[in-house]
Amino acid sequence: MHDAIAAFVHDGDTVVIEGFTHLICFAAGHEIIRQRRRDLTLARLTPDLIYDQMIAAGCARKLVFSWAGNPGAGSLHAFRRAVEQGAIEIEEYSHFGMVARLAAAAARLPFGTLRDYMGTDLPAANPAIRTVTCPYTGEILATVPALHPDVTIVHAQRADAEGNAQIWGLLGVQKEAAFAARHVIVVVEELVDAAVIRADPNRTIVPGLIVDAVVVEPWGAHPSYAQGYYDRDNDFYVAWEPISREPAALARYLDEFVYGVPDRAGYLGAHPGLVDRLRAGERWAAGVNYGY
Amino acid sequence: MAVAAARELRDGEVVFVGIGLPNLACNLARATHAPNLVLVYESGAIGAVPERLPVSIGDPALVTGSLMVSSMADVFQCLLQNGRIEVGFLGAAQVDRYANLNTTVIGDYDRPRVRLPGSGGAAEIAIHARRTIVVATLGPRAFPAAVDFVTSPGHRYRGQSRRTLRMPGAGPVKVITDRAILEPDAESGELVLTTLYPGVTVDTVQHGVGWPLAIRTPLARAEPPTARELDLLRHTLDPRKLYLKD
Repeated sequence: MHDAIAAFVHDGDTVVIEGFTHLICFAAGHEIIRQRRRDLTLARLTPDLIYDQMIAAGCARKLVFSWAGNPGAGSLHAFRRAVEQGAIEIEEYSHFGMVARLAAAAARLPFGTLRDYMGTDLPAANPAIRTVTCPYTGEILATVPALHPDVTIVHAQRADAEGNAQIWGLLGVQKEAAFAARHVIVVVEELVDAAVIRADPNRTIVPGLIVDAVVVEPWGAHPSYAQGYYDRDNDFYVAWEPISREPAALARYLDEFVYGVPDRAGYLGAHPGLVDRLRAGERWAAGVNYGY
Repeated sequence: MAVAAARELRDGEVVFVGIGLPNLACNLARATHAPNLVLVYESGAIGAVPERLPVSIGDPALVTGSLMVSSMADVFQCLLQNGRIEVGFLGAAQVDRYANLNTTVIGDYDRPRVRLPGSGGAAEIAIHARRTIVVATLGPRAFPAAVDFVTSPGHRYRGQSRRTLRMPGAGPVKVITDRAILEPDAESGELVLTTLYPGVTVDTVQHGVGWPLAIRTPLARAEPPTARELDLLRHTLDPRKLYLKD
């Protein structure tokens, strides 16, 4: 992880650590904090706790997003303070807008088109949301610019050494964000043989041909989750509310669990009992016959 | 509120489920009069049958046993924008007289007094769902005459109707509060009082909004929650009171 971040995440970069609630690579975010990256443009649909932490750690100059809350638990207070105090630049869309930005970039088109934003104040707040007149029907449609991250970090359940990454459960916009990016780091719970990947090719979401680095980091998504490996740590998400609300508490959290550990293995060591509490149960799917 | 919201759903409908009370209402409907409700979560879970009450719309329990896990691109393009979502559920920090919703900022956008989470899928849900149900707690600050910021469109934006603005969906058809139900007037697009909950007076509701609230006559009276609905809510669906207040 250390080497991948050192090689592919630089000051001033546009960084996407993807995953919609599922497979969010907190381990990568923490390593970026430890390596003290600065002036990053952080982009995700939902900043989740990871960008709240990275904003608090001073990594971010700008945030590109569509929903910045902590569902069922409260707010992302470091994000809120930064915006209310004018300490961070924001570029705000809706979920569909963010999806369209990444999908357009993944297809190397200059903008995404969607039927959206009429009757809202979002275009007034974000001049990057514009319109185009359909050349066939004359309908006016909204446009959002393509988003090309300098680096996208995809967390997956498994990949082979070439980076052919398989994901099951919620897919978020991992695929689009990977294809849109100049560099891709794949982080996995498990490294597997190419034969395992080839036995079920429909499950491959990111092909190794676009991947620059593969990192093996079990429990790398905690407190987010990996379907089939471990549950979301809902208790931690709730506990984040008072930590995030109080800058001194947040600073103590970063000192103990980010700066105070060398890596994710160290982080797990600092959470005794975590693995037993969250380890996933079993709900296996039957395989399918790819023969012909 | 959960019971009133659940009763708005018809069996077999395709519903876009948001976090919070909508989750609870949809699962209550599924357990009572609408067992064939198809739950779609903007996270990509379709036909979800969660075995535990999801705390977020990305809960792993939404995936296990669902019909389909779609990419978010497909949910927004092929289901929502394609007009396949019959009901969208939305909550908001502010709801105004035209049912415009604000989940973005209180105060000025550039230096807000309070920065709220933002749209998420709410803007497109309000535009595209065939009809939208809004769930919000009554109060003059939550129901101002005009929201500070329009995140999700209601029935009038700067005097223009949904039809003029070419919005495909019908928009908010009901605003379900903790005291009463409001509905848009067909002519003016303004929310009017249509249904009172048991024991609530018209006065209470009028004091709960920041504009002179008109009343549709005859005013309806909501049926109270049945014992079965309450039992399901309190003991099966939300025993930890994540969403229920009493």
